[in-house]
This record gives sequence, C-alpha cells and structure tokens, in this order.
Amino acid sequence: MNEIQEIAVQPAVEPIEEPHGIMRWLTSTDHKEIGTLYLIFSFAMFLVGGSMALCIRAELFRPGLQFLRPELFNQLTTMHGLVMVFGAVMPAFVGFANWQLPMMVGASDMAFPRLNNFGFWLLPPAAILLMASFFAPGGATAAGWTLYAPLSVQMGPGMDMAIFAVHLLGISSIVGAINIATTILHRRAPGMTLMKMPMFVWTWLVTAFLLVAVMPVFASAVTMLLTDRHFGTHFFNAAGGGDPVLFQHIFWFFGHPEVYILILPAFGIISEIVPTFSRKPLFGYRSMVFATCAIGVLAFLVWGHHMFTVGFGVGPELFFMYATMLVAVPTGVKLFNWIGTMWEGSLTFEAPMLFALGFILVFLVGGVTGVVLAVAAVDVQLQDTYYVVAHFHYTMVAGSLFSLFAATYYWLPKWTGRMYDETLARWHFALSIVFFNMTFFVMFFLGLAGMPRRIPDYPLQFADFNMIASIGAAGFGFSQLLFLYVVVKCVRRGAPASGRVWEGAVGLEWTLPSPAPRHSFEIPPVVPSV
Amino acid sequence: MTRKALHILAVTAPLFRCGLARARSVSNFQPPKTQIAHQIYDLHFFVQAICAGICVAMFAVLFYAIVRFRKSPRRIALQFTGYKPVEIAWVIVPVLILLVIAVPATHAVFAMKDTSNSDITVKITGYQWQWRYDYLQENIGFYSALSTPRAQIENREAKDENYLLEVDHPLVVPVGKKIRILVTANDVIHSWFVPAFGIKQDAIPGFIRDAWFRVDEPGVYRGQCAELCGQEHGFMPIVVNAVSEREYSAWLADRHAANQSPARAGDAAGAKTYSLEDLMSGGAKVYTDSCVGCHQANGQGLPPAFPALANGKTATGPVAGTIHIVVNGSAKNPAMAAWKNQLSDLELASVITYVRNSFGNSVGDLVEPNDIAAVRHENP
Amino acid sequence: MTTETRQRKLFLILIAVAAAMFGFGYVLPPLYAKVCQLTGFNRLQSADAVSGTQQDSNRTVLMQFDSNLRDGLPWNFRAMQATAPVHPGQLVQVSYEVRNNSDHAISGQAIASYAPAGAAAYVRKLECFCFSIQTIAAHEIRQMPVIFLIDSSLPSDVPTVTLSYTFFEVPGRQTTVKESGT
Repeated sequence: MNEIQEIAVQPAVEPIEEPHGIMRWLTSTDHKEIGTLYLIFSFAMFLVGGSMALCIRAELFRPGLQFLRPELFNQLTTMHGLVMVFGAVMPAFVGFANWQLPMMVGASDMAFPRLNNFGFWLLPPAAILLMASFFAPGGATAAGWTLYAPLSVQMGPGMDMAIFAVHLLGISSIVGAINIATTILHRRAPGMTLMKMPMFVWTWLVTAFLLVAVMPVFASAVTMLLTDRHFGTHFFNAAGGGDPVLFQHIFWFFGHPEVYILILPAFGIISEIVPTFSRKPLFGYRSMVFATCAIGVLAFLVWGHHMFTVGFGVGPELFFMYATMLVAVPTGVKLFNWIGTMWEGSLTFEAPMLFALGFILVFLVGGVTGVVLAVAAVDVQLQDTYYVVAHFHYTMVAGSLFSLFAATYYWLPKWTGRMYDETLARWHFALSIVFFNMTFFVMFFLGLAGMPRRIPDYPLQFADFNMIASIGAAGFGFSQLLFLYVVVKCVRRGAPASGRVWEGAVGLEWTLPSPAPRHSFEIPPVVPSV
Repeated sequence: MTRKALHILAVTAPLFRCGLARARSVSNFQPPKTQIAHQIYDLHFFVQAICAGICVAMFAVLFYAIVRFRKSPRRIALQFTGYKPVEIAWVIVPVLILLVIAVPATHAVFAMKDTSNSDITVKITGYQWQWRYDYLQENIGFYSALSTPRAQIENREAKDENYLLEVDHPLVVPVGKKIRILVTANDVIHSWFVPAFGIKQDAIPGFIRDAWFRVDEPGVYRGQCAELCGQEHGFMPIVVNAVSEREYSAWLADRHAANQSPARAGDAAGAKTYSLEDLMSGGAKVYTDSCVGCHQANGQGLPPAFPALANGKTATGPVAGTIHIVVNGSAKNPAMAAWKNQLSDLELASVITYVRNSFGNSVGDLVEPNDIAAVRHENP
Repeated sequence: MTTETRQRKLFLILIAVAAAMFGFGYVLPPLYAKVCQLTGFNRLQSADAVSGTQQDSNRTVLMQFDSNLRDGLPWNFRAMQATAPVHPGQLVQVSYEVRNNSDHAISGQAIASYAPAGAAAYVRKLECFCFSIQTIAAHEIRQMPVIFLIDSSLPSDVPTVTLSYTFFEVPGRQTTVKESGT
C-alpha cells in the first residue's frame, strides 16, 4: 500500500445534458453528490436530535417539573434516541461511505448508482413522518427508542407513524448496505486485493453485512408490534400465549449488532487518520481485519446483556456475561494497534488527529465501562440507570460522533479543494471534549448512586450532578454550531488545498486532485503488488 | 501550548473519578445492606480498579507517545507494521484479566439466583403507577403509592428530604430473614429496584419472576421503578421498612386486625351527611393528590390517553357511570386504575362530586360515602 | 463473468438474505415457544403425559399457590389453599375459586407462571382449568381443580415452587355500565 501510481487527470468524456438546480439533486446518481446529500441530512437531524437533548437537559437542570409534562419528556427521550441513531449517525456514515469508498477502491462510482439515489431519498419522508408524529393525537411515541412491549402497544397513533418511518429508514439502510458491499467486493481496481483495502473499506464491508442481516429483524419486530396493536395478534401479550420478553429478544438481536454498526465505521475512520498523522503505516493491519470480523461475529452472540434483569436462569445469564466480556479482546486489539501506529512515528496534531486522539481516550472509558456492565451481578445495580446512559454516550458520542468530526476535517479539503480554518477547528475540538466530559462523566456517578433512566424528575441527592450535566450539555450543544461555521467557511472561502492535502496521507483518494473531479477513476488505476 | 494543556485536561479528567468517589457518598453505590449487595459492591470495586488501571496505563502510554514522538526536525518515523510478541501479549493478557474477573462474577450470579429456603414470600405487582405488595402466607395485601405532594413536584412548595422517595404504605419485612419476592406486573413492564439490597427484578405482565434478599440491619430503604412504564415512571418509588422480628409480628397483627380495607376510614363517615361544600373541598384535595397528573389541573386531560373531564361524557353523564369508572377502573384504558383500594369511601365520594361540579361541569348532584360503599359491596 | 453479472448476482443474494432475516424475525416466536417448552418455561398448556413416577416420601416440596387478575376483570380469584407440602411423584389436587361479580357471563383464560421458572418442566399437570377458556356465568362462584404431580427429577436445590395463575379476559364481554372513551 505504500506506493500507488499517481494517475493523471481523466481523459475527456463526451458531455451529457445534465439537470440543474433541484432536479440535479433529486435525480443525481453521482456518489459524491449523494454523499453530500446524506451528510447534510444527517447534520440537520443531528441538530434536531440535539435540540431535543437540550430540552431534556433543561428539564433535568433542577428537581421538580419546570417545563415539560412527563409524557412529553418521554416523547423527547424516545425521539432523541431514534433521531440520533437512525437520522444522524447512520446516514452520516453512509454519506462518508458514498464519498470515500469508490475513490478508495479506485471505482468510478458505487455499484448501483440509481439504487443509491433511491436509498437516500427514502430518508427525508421518513424524517418528516417521524417529526410529524409529535402532532398526532397523543403525541409522538413515548416508549423509549427501545419500544418495549406492552408499553409500545399502549401508545397512540404516533407509534404507528414511527413504525412506518422506521421501516423506511430500514429499507434505506439495507439497500445502502447492499450497494456498499457490492461496490467493495466487485468494483475494486485491479491489484487491490482484499488485504490491500484501506481499513475504512474493511470496516464498512463488515458493517454492510451486519446491516443486511439485522435491519430486517428490526423490521419484523416493529411489524409484530404493529399487528399486536391493530390486528389482534398476541406476539407480546401473555393473554394470547405471547410474551413481552420475546420483544426484547427480537429487538436486541437486532439492537446489539446495531451498536456495532454504529461504531465499526468509526474504527475504520480512526484507522485512516492515525497513520496519516503519524507518518507511518497502520500497525498490525492483518490483526485489525481479523479483529473487525471477530467483532462482527461476536455481535450476534451477546444480545442478552441488555436483559440481565428480566429473570434469566443461571445458564443464559452466564453465557451472555462471558460472551460480552470477550468482545473486549478484539476491541482492545484495535486500540493497541492505533497506539502501535503512533509509536515511533512523527506526530502532528491537526484537527482530524485531535479528534482521533480524543476518540481513543474517551472510547477507552466507554469501553471499560462496558466491561463493568458485562458483569451480570454488577449490571443488576446499573441496568436502566444513568450509568448505562453514560456508557453509550461515551461510545456513541465520543466514539461515533467524534470520528465523524475527524473524518469531516480529514476529507473536506479533498472534496472541496479548500482547507478549513485550523484554529477554529481546534477550538471546536477543545470545547467539545471538555463539555462532553462535563456532561457525561458525572452520569456514571448518578448511575452508581441509583438514579434511574427516563425520569423527568429525581430525588434531591441527584441534583448537583444533574445541574453539572445540563450545563455541560448546553456547552456541548452550542459548540457544534462552531463546527457548522467552520464547514461553511471552508466551503465558501477556504484556502486552496493540494492533491495530497496531508503530508502522510496514503491511499487512492489522495492521488486525485483536490477538489476530487466530478468523475474520478473512470479508468481504474492499477494497484501494484507490493 | 493551549493544545497541549487541553490534551492534559482531557487525559486526566477521568482520573478525578476515583477521588470524587471517596469524597462524595452520592457518587458510588449506596451502602450495601444485604450480602448480595456487599458481593456486588466488592466485585464492582475490583472490576473498576482493573478498568481504572487499564485507563491510567493507556493514558500514560498515549500521553508519552504524544509528547515523545511529535514531529520535529530530528524525528524520523520508523516504518514497522507489526511486532509479533507484543501483538500476542495484548491478546493473552486481556483474556487472562477477563478470566480473573469471571471467577467472582460467576459466584455472584449463582448467589443472586438462589431463591431456595426462604422464610417469607411477598408477591410484588407493578401497576401504572404504583406497587402492590401481597404477603401470600398472611393474606395481607396493600398498594404502595408515591406520597410526595403534587405541590412539591410543581415547585409550589419546598421539597422535603425524601422527595420522590416516600410512599403511603411501605413494604415491611423482618431483618435477617430470607425474603423471596415474586415479581409481576398488571399492565406493562416495571422493575423493582432497591439499590441498598443489590436487587433489581423486572416485573413482566402475565408472568412471575422470583428473586430474594435478606436485610442485614434495620432501616428504611428506598428505591425507584427501573423500567420505563409510561408517564409516571419516575413517580412510583419503593420504600422498604426493615424492622426487628418483634416489630414485624406486631405490624402483621395490626394489618390482620385492620383487615386491609381502606373503607374502614369511611365507615364512620357513612353515618354522617355531607354538604356539597364539604365534599367539594375534600374532593379538590383528593383530585390534586391523585388525579391531576393525568387529567390535569384544569380537567382538560391529555386525550386520547387521558380523557378530558371537562364536559366529559362519563363525568357529566349518569352518576353510576362516573362512580363505576373511578371505583373499578377502566377495562378499556388500563391507565385508569381502580381507586377503590387506595381511597376511602369518603375520598371517593368527594372526588367524584368534585369532578362532576368543576371544570365547567355543573351536574349539581353529590355522591355520598354510602353510595360508594354500596358499589363496593357488589364488587369487592 | 462480467462485473455487471457478478454485481447483479451479489445483489440478488443479499436481497434474499435480507428477506430471509425478515422471515427469521417471524420464525422467532414459535422458536421461542419451543425453547420455552424444552426448558420448561411453559405458556398455554395442555395435559402432560405422565409416566409412572415413584412417590418419594423422603422429600417434601413446598408448593405455593398464587392468583392474579388482569384487564379489570370484575372477578374474585383465589387459591383455596396458600401452600401445600407435596412429595415428588404424589398426585395432588388443589382448588382455585372464581367468583364473577358482574351481571353477565364473562370468559377468561388462565395463564400459568412458575417461580423458579425452571420448575415448570417438573410440574406435570393432568387436569387444569388453564387448559381451556373458562366462561363464568353472572354472579357464579365456581371451584376449579388443578391435578398435578411434581416429577421426582426436580433438582434437589428447589425446595419451594410457586404456581401462579393470571386470568385474562377473552373478548366478547358486554358492559351494562357505559364507559365512554372521551
């Protein structure tokens, strides 16, 4: 992977009549444009979900009910989760996949460009449906993003709207994943064997298979919920021979691989960035690939750790505990490999590297708290408390979100041909990491002390930490407006960027000029065997 | 420089965790009061120490790398991509650490699940939004609901010390006896959680699940519902009064004598006649304590789940309908509980009178405690 | 094979996988019921086959009997005895009493649940009101038997078994007292 031919600009192609304005974006089959659409959509959803979080934290600033009725509070916590997971993080990673995967493997576009367009344009109607559910009689669903029956069966029409929205989001993810898997497996440039692919490509390959396998299971779970609600089925109702716990099994069989879907591409991004800013190749490429696949397989075996308090017998309780603890091993291998990459390198700390390092530090905290939660007896104290909330925000915000920021700063100059403002970007990092820790670190204590999740009001001993968390949340939230400003400023009037952009950058995309041409790798490059 | 300082801050922030945990008791598990809680406390400390150690070590290595290997004119990046001994070590060592954790972790699971040889069995049923405790061998049962006044929740009064952690009828158990609990639910999934006991058991409607605890020392122990169960999920706490055996026997005798009928307070009331004003003022108080959460202070409710009482068909229709739904609950909408077991005849009569003559309703009739007693008699 | 053919083939395979996983979701309920049956977490039950089991007079298991009502059923439902010491292998009969306090017939289905959950596999029911829907007439009081025995292979660390029934209403009920939804 160290020497890849620099290729010249594309040969001239006969110009085709291309649509302009809105039609251009509605009908585009170009992976770069669709990538942009995904990223703009996901950032908009991020702001929406973030606003909901600020409402939640405003209510939790002090004990007592100040602004929100409890039912509305529950609607906001539910929708915050659904919007962030399905509207912000997943589409963002698909956006990066769209922009980067063809260039990284030396393909001219994704395998199915029209399917690509379809996959994106399912998202805006789904988002509108989800937001509109707030205005349904009874409001949006308030059953938690986990939608446990029978509470979700009790919910009003907002639940049905959410189910349909989730179906649309699911179809989008599935067709996107099929497109990504096919592109990776069948559109690589000659000479790019599987073991020469960049790590971002590898992690997306495993993620794509996870998506195809588990999104349909989620679809069947919410469909069963729909028929239990309206068509007289009894999947989750003991009266008819069903069982509420069955919903949890089906949901988490999807739900646990889902969280790996949310983190594996992040791992891939970090694996791209750390070598570049260490000016060294990735340490332990083979074991990274193996670890990624191991995580993908283990993902299917651990769903029960979300259910340690439903009343499992000793056998299942132990099995899920051991399997969950085991996941720490390949995850640890990845962390060690990144540090090994930095070791004896030549490090600089531009914004992408800052966010990558922030990721490593803070994901480590999220990861070890996952080991704590894996110990079933300890989980009995911590399940459904703020400890869990802290754990998954550490892994998903400091994890996935930071990797998305890192990736944006890393690749924006390639996409736009312009550099972003490095000073402002570093401020974005500093503010984010300080306010993030302020918000979520105290939640570990709240959980240890016994504060349950999903409550709009709390006993007095939890007051101080809640106040700190709310202040941190406000700071974190508003710091993201700085990110928006940096991106917009870069696009409009950033300084010109070179083709390679970063001194240590290696990979096919860096052999293209910046901005990357509209049609890149129309003729595939040849990757030499090293 | 700023960059470096911020890095240091980010690196060291998690270390504060250890210090804070010692300084403030609200930042660790509540003091353990059962053997299982002790086991969990120690196990957690052990695992947390290992994890903290790993974090500190990794932060140190990272920090070292950041400083030592930063780009400088002399710095040349070595291009190695692997080193087998280290790669093998960092697979083996974590596995060994996990094995070390797994041993006490396994013991704890076995201990938690062993419900045999219990002394007392209590059935715990989760409702939207309160608990019910039934002592199966004693034929005693009662509801246990939040007793924090609504005024405190709505910030009209100062909050007292046990805000949101106090109930009208706590669970009473003797110290030192193994209590086996059978947990179920009436409507949706709840979870019975008492941190000091190290116990959390989900309440699944239609099924019973057993768990157990044995309290080491007398005291009042508080917990909360730990599974989202709807609007008042945060308002259905758990209070356990662990007392000496003597006090427990005395309490049992008391409950047997009272025969757990809340109508006892209303029996004397049935003899009096009540004016509309008396019933309205009493009813307003009951409404504020029990009804306002769903039906709202102005009686507008939150339809469709919580119907409006203002101009409501049931509230302004035949009085038998209003009495029936308040006393026996709604079969159609499980969120409307059967209040017969929590409110006395007088309280029920007052609040029904109040509802039928407030929020713009002016039906003009009044309901007397005797009317409620009659309905109770036909539908105990 | 051209790239296009390869791509189309993979597309079809992955669509088939997605469809299969959707179907797998629907296979899970019967699969779950089967696993529950095998491990003893029974749900709706039918009479168990009982092979001749020796009565083990040296061992006594304490049976506890619990009752629950759902859906606002206007019934009283209780076990006639709270506990019964039984020997494994011994045929035991207990009664539950149901009283319908309303003015019309109501049908209900009883669902059994056990604590510890694994004990379900060892409680063999020959006769139980939970095998079928029970229709109780207005103001009727009915005693319903459960005839069962504990299989002697019940693990020795289970000295107490709780049998709990929950009655759910089977729809078809009319209300004489009108309940309006608004």
